[in-house]
Amino acid sequence: MDRLVLLVSTGVARGLVVALFALSLVIIWRAARIVNFAQAAMAVVAVYVAFAVQQATGSYVLALLAALVTGALLGVAVERGLMRHVAGRTPLPGMIVAIGLVMVLQSTLGILVGPQHRPMTPVLSQSPLYVGTVPVLSRYDLFVLVVALVVVVGLGLLFNRTTLGLQLRASAVAPEVSRLLGVRVPRMVTVGWMLSCAVAALAVLLLVPTELGLNAHSGDVLFVHAFTVAVLGGLDSPAGALVGGLVVGVLVSLVTGYASAGLAPLAVLALLTVVLLVRPGGIFATREARTA
Amino acid sequence: MTPTRIRTIVLRALLLTVLALAATFALDPFRNYQLAVVAATFCATAGLTLLVGLTGQLSVGHAVLMAAGGYGYALASAPAADAGLGGPARFALGMLGALVLSGAVGGLLGLAGARLRGPYLAGLTLALVIALPALATQVPGLGKDQGLSVPFEGVPAPLAGLMVVEQWHAWIAVLVAAVVVTPLVVLRSGRPGLRMRAVHGDEVAARLAGVSPARVKVGAFLVSSVAAGLGGAVLAVVTQNVGPGRYSLAFSLLLLVAVVVGGLGSIGGAAAGAALVVLLPWLVDTAVSGLPADVAQRLSGNLAVAVFGALLVAVTLAWPGGLAAATAGPRGRLARRLTRGPAPALPPPSDTRPDPQPITER
Repeated sequence: MDRLVLLVSTGVARGLVVALFALSLVIIWRAARIVNFAQAAMAVVAVYVAFAVQQATGSYVLALLAALVTGALLGVAVERGLMRHVAGRTPLPGMIVAIGLVMVLQSTLGILVGPQHRPMTPVLSQSPLYVGTVPVLSRYDLFVLVVALVVVVGLGLLFNRTTLGLQLRASAVAPEVSRLLGVRVPRMVTVGWMLSCAVAALAVLLLVPTELGLNAHSGDVLFVHAFTVAVLGGLDSPAGALVGGLVVGVLVSLVTGYASAGLAPLAVLALLTVVLLVRPGGIFATREARTA
Repeated sequence: MTPTRIRTIVLRALLLTVLALAATFALDPFRNYQLAVVAATFCATAGLTLLVGLTGQLSVGHAVLMAAGGYGYALASAPAADAGLGGPARFALGMLGALVLSGAVGGLLGLAGARLRGPYLAGLTLALVIALPALATQVPGLGKDQGLSVPFEGVPAPLAGLMVVEQWHAWIAVLVAAVVVTPLVVLRSGRPGLRMRAVHGDEVAARLAGVSPARVKVGAFLVSSVAAGLGGAVLAVVTQNVGPGRYSLAFSLLLLVAVVVGGLGSIGGAAAGAALVVLLPWLVDTAVSGLPADVAQRLSGNLAVAVFGALLVAVTLAWPGGLAAATAGPRGRLARRLTRGPAPALPPPSDTRPDPQPITER
């Protein structure tokens, strides 16, 4: 029973990170109708910058800020430099360009920093706290939980309660009409990319201390989990990303704890397959278009 | 599709095959080994170019289908070898195993893929590639990380005086590639190819014209999987081993690079792309081997991948037809530029205008 509580609570903390990353995928999908396969690689680049800042200054807060800013700048660069120039009415060319970007970023990182994993020490202790005699979250998990919740709530407020959020949603749903009403749609798409990449960088920064260390491929598994989550919830639904993130986080934690770590990718694959076969558009998705 | 056109395609395939077989005599053993790997990769890229180029289904998991073919070959041929079977019978049994296993995996994926649109299918195949090492470790009988060994195919007695084993393997690979790719060419230029293009162009219009999108998509995925699986089987024969290490995500992405750079939908482009993704990493490794060990180690795997990634981006943005469009006879852009000076400015293609809004249900 103690074990179950520990596994579920770490699963929730991990799940919120996955949800955060999934949310970043949802933001781009809603803004530009692109699944950004390069999201993880871009976020890892931003985290390397944050790592360098932490080494140089010793301040975690500065590192956090550096990750957010680099993520946002990368988002702008990729959107303005590449994605804007992808023509066509199908999502295929955009996906292929993103995959090419992954290859360039990961191999360049590999050349610059080498293949080794760099350990990143968390700001807070990783040993679990006790409620009575039951071990639950560590201080770091608690920190992750709080940050993730703050960001999710903040994004919710931004999208639903501000003019900028209204413009973002409007240009995603009806670009032509929004343009007629004076919304600068291309700028909104860029803002969407900025927000999304900053959030993704934050998610990877929160994740790395709990894993092996920082490496060019640190974000790969997170991306697969986050994609699973985004599909579970439907790429259109922020609430779905949150719920899906918690489900996947707890599932991975339980399978790792009770069976073996090797089975976790298979469990995620099985979950993804079942959901895609039962509800191809995701559980919370509104239908994108009529097909007949 | 008239019988004459089929005959033309088959004749051309025969001619190319004979040329390739003859060329093996001019190559040293290592070049022959490389030719065999290129031919095996060509099987997979030909299937993938059909799938992505004609039906628009993006699969980043074709490495898994190649692995399925390799495992199918190993699982079917090892018992045959134990039973004392050898030569063509064992090889045929192995290929049958590869066909069945890759067909089964591809059929299942295709069934899922027929219901999914672009990003969802790509994500599912991505999850599958990432899970392959776990699958190989957890499923009993797949030999964990080391994989399975594959019975050695020696040079048959009548040819023993003529060639060494690498050349024989190149022959096997070229012949299998010919048998796999020729039907793909026939499919592509015939009615099935037309149906695939129709489904890619507009599913509703295709359905109104009496074409079932689901059936076409599943069929295309199945054909492309079997082609990849047979390629994987050849690779298993040539390397005498099949394991999860070779079929990583990076390899899967290389297959995609091959078809995009070669030109989506073009079989000739798929061949050029296969040669590119096999030979360029080797060229890069040879080029950096003179550098200090530390630098060479960092550059060896990564530099080729960086070049491929940049190629993928550049070709998609600037040159969507790939190599195939550049060399497509007098109509090719490059050829036109060379023979008649710069191409006249064309009006922008209608594709670039913004999407009409989909009808959403509220």
